[in-house]
Amino acid sequence: MKGILGRLFARGVMPEFGTPGPRIAGGELPAHLYGVIAEFANAEELLHGVHEVRKDGYQVMEAYTPYPIEELNDAIGHGPSRVPLLVLLGGICGAIFGFGLQYWASVIEYPLNIGGRPYNSWVSFIPITFECTILFAGIAAVLGMLVLNGLPMPYHPVFSVPRFQLASRDRFFLMILARDPRFRAGDTFRFMETLGASHVSDVED
Amino acid sequence: MSAEADRPPVIAPGYTPATVTDKIAAVVLRKTPKWWYAGFAISFLAAQLLFVTMAKLLVETVGIWGINIPVAWGIDIVNFVWWIGIGHAGTLISAILLLLRQQWRTSINRFAEAMTLFAVAAAGQFVLFHTGRQWLAVYWLFPYPNTMGLWPQFRSPLMWDVFAVSTYATISALFWFVGLIPDLATLRDRSKHWFGKITYGMLAMGWRGSARHWHNYETASLLLAGLATPLVVSVHTVVSFDFSVGIIPGWHATIFPPYFVAGAIYSGFAMVMTLSIPLRKVFGLEDFITMRHLQNMAKIMLATGLIVAYGYGIELFMAWYSGNTFEQYMVHNRILGPYGWIWFLLILCNVITPQFLWLKKVRNSVVGLFVISIIVNIGMWFERFVIIVTSLHRDFLPSSWDMYTPTKWDWSFFVGSLGLFFSLMFLFIRFLPVISIFEMRTIAKGEDPASADTKEMAGRP
Repeated sequence: MKGILGRLFARGVMPEFGTPGPRIAGGELPAHLYGVIAEFANAEELLHGVHEVRKDGYQVMEAYTPYPIEELNDAIGHGPSRVPLLVLLGGICGAIFGFGLQYWASVIEYPLNIGGRPYNSWVSFIPITFECTILFAGIAAVLGMLVLNGLPMPYHPVFSVPRFQLASRDRFFLMILARDPRFRAGDTFRFMETLGASHVSDVED
Repeated sequence: MSAEADRPPVIAPGYTPATVTDKIAAVVLRKTPKWWYAGFAISFLAAQLLFVTMAKLLVETVGIWGINIPVAWGIDIVNFVWWIGIGHAGTLISAILLLLRQQWRTSINRFAEAMTLFAVAAAGQFVLFHTGRQWLAVYWLFPYPNTMGLWPQFRSPLMWDVFAVSTYATISALFWFVGLIPDLATLRDRSKHWFGKITYGMLAMGWRGSARHWHNYETASLLLAGLATPLVVSVHTVVSFDFSVGIIPGWHATIFPPYFVAGAIYSGFAMVMTLSIPLRKVFGLEDFITMRHLQNMAKIMLATGLIVAYGYGIELFMAWYSGNTFEQYMVHNRILGPYGWIWFLLILCNVITPQFLWLKKVRNSVVGLFVISIIVNIGMWFERFVIIVTSLHRDFLPSSWDMYTPTKWDWSFFVGSLGLFFSLMFLFIRFLPVISIFEMRTIAKGEDPASADTKEMAGRP
């Protein structure tokens, strides 16, 4: 059980949360800098950029795309989604709740003898148990997705980048976060410019 | 694969992720067209009829309807089953066709899901108000600790129905909203007006489309589809239990669950067709909702229509084969009794009309498909009338036989529910993207001239 909870609440589940990592000694990093973002014209260039950045030793990054790209999650080094685990737990809770509610009401709290039929008529309790399983699992899927994605989050530093609006149209973005241990304000910016990006800009915190 | 080559494409050629985004978002973000005001006004006026009827019903209860004993379920329940049935196509398209990787679903799933939601909302009014005393129905229907220490009867299919329909409404709403989140973010980014920016921004909840977002999102969507698939089958199965667990001849049949589910899909696709044909026209979305979609829906209607026809046939066969006097009389009364003309209309609408869909010429005719879809919608309403009213009005005891005639309040409730449905539909097509933008981007990306593997296609118009 501890393992499951540990996995659920492990740091890194929500990489965009939390305090910035250790600052680089010498005050080289401006305190208001959140990261550096590069814009790409298509998915292939973005994936190429991700590979280059990873090869160079960067670890804390995030990519933004107008539609889901299957291989991106692995390329960028995020782990598997924890939504399935939550859905399983939700489904199990729903099944127990659904059957438990009917059993408790029909056997313990309010037993009704109708023609000598058994109080625990479990066969007729199945449809409601099934519906509750689906209901709880479905709610767990939606809430789990929102929580694991850190939503709702009305403001995020990337929204301050004017061209970021195009991430919901046809542009692909890659951001290296300032809390990456390898991050150096000027160096990282210049490095991103070599990746074939059309625009590179700082992201203010 | 010449058959594949003959088919119209899923979307018209030449679209890129950028152009599909602009085109679909423009439907929402441009000025309200004049016809919208007219359409919404008529629907909203009709919806007032619903509220007037509800008020009248709250004062005088269900006596204002034509119901009696033995016909205690009149067209209130006919309408409930009809609306719930229509509500099946949305989840079927978005869940089952997603699992089956049917790419064409992408253009129609959004508004089919919205249609589902509004149809379930309309259906809900009937089940709630047919109880007559809604303030008591709360403890009849919902298990909550009340001061009387009473609990509902969980062995009753009517209780199963409460759980099935409310779960279906909840999951459909969640599925629909989750599908909307990335598109709401798109509208937030496209909107020029401060009100749109704030409203869509709040609803999008800060969606950024990051790799992490998409990964969790896709996983959750797939799991929701997997959960919704057995759910959609279970809902109309449970609705059919409302009847088949009863012992009335004409209700007590094991064919009911599959026959009801097929009927639900049949009527649902008919309604999607009825709505999508004018929708693609007025918004100029023929490039996205192509003939391919209409043809595929026509084929599904034909297939499910045949299952429904088989269901009618089995009912007749079982009446004869069982040797049961009451079953045999039920069939005799259904065809030759006082409501027999409705049975013949039902066969005309639901069994004979869809046979025209065998012809390729009909499947290629937008007008033909529109007319057939409306006839099927009407036919499915007759089907529920035949099942409910003609089974009830002459049961075992001739001394309790009676006729049922809907009153004007029965009809006003029905017309009002249509008004509610279309009002919600008009609001939806005005303020939310009628086609899933981000899913259309994934289809259009194959056409993207910038991507390396499709360079040779760049010269296409």
